[in-house]
Amino acid sequence: MPHDHHDHLSPSGHPYRPDDDHPLTYWQQMEIAVRELLIEKGVTTAQEIAAQIDTMDARNPSHGAAVVARAWTDPDFRDDLLQDASAATREMGFDIGPMRLIALENTDTEHNVVVCTLCSCYPRNLLGLPPDWYKSRAYRARTVKEPRKVLAEFGVTLPDTTTVRVHDSTADMRYVVIPARPAGTEGWHADDLATLVTRDSMIGTGLPKSPDIA
Amino acid sequence: MTKNTTFDGRRWHDMGGTAAGPVPTDQHDFSLWEKRVDALMIIASGKGHFTVDGLRRVLEDMSEDAFETMTYYERWIASVNQNLIEAGVYTTAELGQRMSDVAARGTTYGEAASE
Repeated sequence: MPHDHHDHLSPSGHPYRPDDDHPLTYWQQMEIAVRELLIEKGVTTAQEIAAQIDTMDARNPSHGAAVVARAWTDPDFRDDLLQDASAATREMGFDIGPMRLIALENTDTEHNVVVCTLCSCYPRNLLGLPPDWYKSRAYRARTVKEPRKVLAEFGVTLPDTTTVRVHDSTADMRYVVIPARPAGTEGWHADDLATLVTRDSMIGTGLPKSPDIA
Repeated sequence: MTKNTTFDGRRWHDMGGTAAGPVPTDQHDFSLWEKRVDALMIIASGKGHFTVDGLRRVLEDMSEDAFETMTYYERWIASVNQNLIEAGVYTTAELGQRMSDVAARGTTYGEAASE
């Protein structure tokens, strides 16, 4: 493999981070040292660390999409989800952890968007790790002040008649948006509906895909 | 006589509502060392050596400069490390010795991460 990936994109369409054959940084040096000390002190094992990475890698927006699609097709589940999203998603088999999860339902008249102004709290157990922009100063700073302008940067322009509600996450409480079901999907099976649900639509910075282009 | 040293009641991390530029669209795939930092945080906090509040305390005590100059997981490993030292899991001396040992193995992450 060439050592320089600057002109290459990964299968996910993103640039590669520098490979392991790039010069060691101070903070990488610290990570290696801390990890080895934790193993030597019996706090963890190499296997446990690898397993935790596998667990985190396996979490992705398709998990949230399955939850949303079920909410669209199963009224009892929708009610349970809005009542207690932690319990409802656990019941589907997702490891939500100790954090309280709250589902926010978009409607014809209300659009919800999620931010963490203080840090980077995100429903990572359901959707995987947050995108870089979610952790950026610009998103954290502006979303609570000018949400419509921020949404417009994501290509989401809402009518003035739609109420925009911004939800600021905390370390102990995470939000996931249940976007409004797209028109033209009557009679669709949940598995097919899930393909319309994007990560950004569950943060509130996007809308589900249109059934015409899915 | 008094200088203008008004403090608006917020620390740097409390940035909600402040002015900022366009939301950046850059995205990167997490590298192995970043995933390891994330895993160490989840495991060590899950076993009660510190809490997410401890993680955030150290992050928030960093200067605004650190937010601008260090990457996300660079800040995280700095905070994880400080919390573990405070918890008595290992000492500063042990860390310093190990970091020297790690650096002596090679000049790349791959070499340094292989004992």
